[in-house]
Amino acid sequence: MSELVPESRQKPVVPMKPVGINANLLGYIGIDTIIEQMRKKTMKTGFDFNIMVVGQSGLGKSTLVNTLFKSQVSRKSSGWNREEKIPKTVEIKAIGHVIEEGGVKMKLTVIDTPGFGDQINNENCWEPIEKYINEQYEKFLKEEVNIARKKRIPDTRVHCCLYFISPTGHSLRPLDLEFMKHLSKVVNIIPVIAKADTMTLEEKTEFKQRVRKELEVNGIEFYPQKEFDEDLEDKTENDKIRQESMPFAVVGSDKEYQVNGKRVLGRKTPWGIIEVENLTHCEFALLRDFVIRTHLQDLKEVTHNIHYETYRAKRLNDNGGLPPMTSETEENHESNL
Amino acid sequence: MATISYKADGVFYVCCSGLFWRRAQKCTGRIYNICTNLCTDCVVGCTWEVFRVWREKYILHENDTNCVFFLAFQGEGCRTVPLSGHVGFDSLPDQLVNKSVNHGFCFNILCVGETGLGKSTLMDTLFNTKFEGDPASHSQPGVQLKSSTYDLQESNVNLKLTIVSTVGFGDQINKEDSYKPIVEFIDAQFEAYLQEELKIKRVLHNYHDTRIHACLYFIAPTGHSLKSLDLVTMKKLDSKVNIIPIIAKSDAISKSELTKFKIKITSELVSNGVQIYQFPTDDESVAEINGTMNAHLPFAVIGSTEELKIGNKMMKARQYPWGTVQVENEAHCDFVKLREMLIRVNMEDLREQTHTRHYELYRRCKLEEMGFKDTDPDSKPFSLQETYEAKRNEFLGELQKKEEAMRQMFVQRVKEKEAELKEAEKELHEKFDRLKKLHQDEKKKLEDKKKSLDDEVNAFKQRKTAAELLQSQAQQAGGSQTLKRDKERKN
Repeated sequence: MSELVPESRQKPVVPMKPVGINANLLGYIGIDTIIEQMRKKTMKTGFDFNIMVVGQSGLGKSTLVNTLFKSQVSRKSSGWNREEKIPKTVEIKAIGHVIEEGGVKMKLTVIDTPGFGDQINNENCWEPIEKYINEQYEKFLKEEVNIARKKRIPDTRVHCCLYFISPTGHSLRPLDLEFMKHLSKVVNIIPVIAKADTMTLEEKTEFKQRVRKELEVNGIEFYPQKEFDEDLEDKTENDKIRQESMPFAVVGSDKEYQVNGKRVLGRKTPWGIIEVENLTHCEFALLRDFVIRTHLQDLKEVTHNIHYETYRAKRLNDNGGLPPMTSETEENHESNL
Repeated sequence: MATISYKADGVFYVCCSGLFWRRAQKCTGRIYNICTNLCTDCVVGCTWEVFRVWREKYILHENDTNCVFFLAFQGEGCRTVPLSGHVGFDSLPDQLVNKSVNHGFCFNILCVGETGLGKSTLMDTLFNTKFEGDPASHSQPGVQLKSSTYDLQESNVNLKLTIVSTVGFGDQINKEDSYKPIVEFIDAQFEAYLQEELKIKRVLHNYHDTRIHACLYFIAPTGHSLKSLDLVTMKKLDSKVNIIPIIAKSDAISKSELTKFKIKITSELVSNGVQIYQFPTDDESVAEINGTMNAHLPFAVIGSTEELKIGNKMMKARQYPWGTVQVENEAHCDFVKLREMLIRVNMEDLREQTHTRHYELYRRCKLEEMGFKDTDPDSKPFSLQETYEAKRNEFLGELQKKEEAMRQMFVQRVKEKEAELKEAEKELHEKFDRLKKLHQDEKKKLEDKKKSLDDEVNAFKQRKTAAELLQSQAQQAGGSQTLKRDKERKN
């Protein structure tokens, strides 16, 4: 008979406990080729990366972004005039570019926030920014919840926010603290000390220590967040960055000069040429390696797995949650509402 | 040297970096070398067509050291920007891969086939290890699925391999429902993933993915054609999972019969509209090999875990009196091809297809079944929230109606019960009255009887006293008489 004995039907959701057959692979199977396969696939599809720069005007945000990505990607280069009036409210301008290197295609979006901190009364000037970030999460959520979804949901969520701290040499301004307090919960913030060529080495170290202490006292968790360190290796690596290097004191420039026979990016002053990529001059190279060469994927993952999930959970809870699939759990769900 | 500015108006632009002409890397557009002595004003801001014509007139040499790069406009409002130096994001795939390696991979294979076709042996051979399990018997009452998970490690890659096997497939007399447990199992895995995805607090990136990535369908080596059971099952499964048909125990068929068998199978699959998994041919690096392999489907395989010494090497083989069949010899069977395709070339693609095609289809059907739509009849987009609210209200309304109905029924029942009880009470009262009356009647009767009895007793007593009186009188007279008699006698 082919009718099933009901109780012996396989319980499908829970597979058996994994049996650790580890070392007795008698020959090469080829499982590790999956790395290559994955790499090829990701190179074909390309990557998205969205970086936001926030800070008062004149701190060198656009120049730094251009220097970071070695091309004219910022607002400055796409028609913005330096003599333009500073906007009355905080505006959000997102400009997208496609850059390619070594066969890897990246769609880079630079989100600029002109008008931040420039008014006389700067109360709530972080609100448009917070709204923008939440809007991107909302857009992604809407796409994800669709019935007929796109194969690859366009990712406009902000992966990284560079916050520019003015190099006063004293401490953080109230505006800085307020902004970072509000936004460190929704996005990865990387504080950066701008125009660091105005400080001497001792001033720089002191300032950085003071900034770190103030951030800690105010409970501001900047990226890489302590709570998201996955294993000991990450923890020690990130601790080192958190305690010593951050916030990075950077200098940006897109002009090249000749130094010792090499062409370097730098700033020419009467007393010398400040080399942007020289670690003894400023920490730009550290920032670049940190953001691009080692932690780019991690920034995206923290945004997707943690910030986006928090937003999603909050949003769904406010709405009473999405309905469950089977009818018998609908009654349970009724009781939860 | 002339500098060229660009116009970001959306068509194309010619760009340079700084003051220096640079030979940038090859970009997504095309690289043209144009002598910088040329007047470039006519280039700025013109459309692609105009530029093309201009370019054709003036293009000089590919390797000209004075070069200008222009890039065609990319879609989505983005312009492609050249890089003037090494930025370093080409390490991004490595970062991604490292993260995935730390996370581990999982791969789930489903083996469908009749009992005794060598499914477990083939899995052992494919993964070069002995998975545990006993051979199944033929007397199963129904089709069941047995699933086991293993952790394999090779160099630094951790793979969580799940092998699901059908037990008792094709053994029953009536095989009409044989495919059902398999389809249900696959759906259950999709369901579990969908549930996780719909949760409010979810942990998708740590979720152990149990969805079936590849289904190896074992065809019995009859040499003629597919069995109808095979066709029916494959038709049911082709929209749910990537099917790779393989001919099992193919050392039972000779080479010439094998080619005919393969052709017959492929033609039958095509004519019945069964969509088996095609190895992807869109990526140039694997297009060629995948293309040739596609032509070899279904693979004729032989499995063996025994190692025999052939020549001077130990190889997996099966020994017969008339010769030895080597598993890894491409002339003997297609095992090596299967291993290449399944593991070494397309594992990632199988996983992706499962996620983007089969799972999305399941999800769409499931959500539509639940009544969620993306657009309402006026084709305005519905938000899931609105739909959900509507459904919730509907559901609440239904519940309320049910509650009302139940309440009504309750009231009704109470009334009925009350009436019944009242009736019973009345009856009881009546009975009581009746009995009372009876009792009184009885009592009266008894009293009457008693009275009559008393009368009789009185009468009897009277008679008795009268009789005694008479007797005593008679005795006295008689006594005196006897005394007289006695006196007379004595005399």
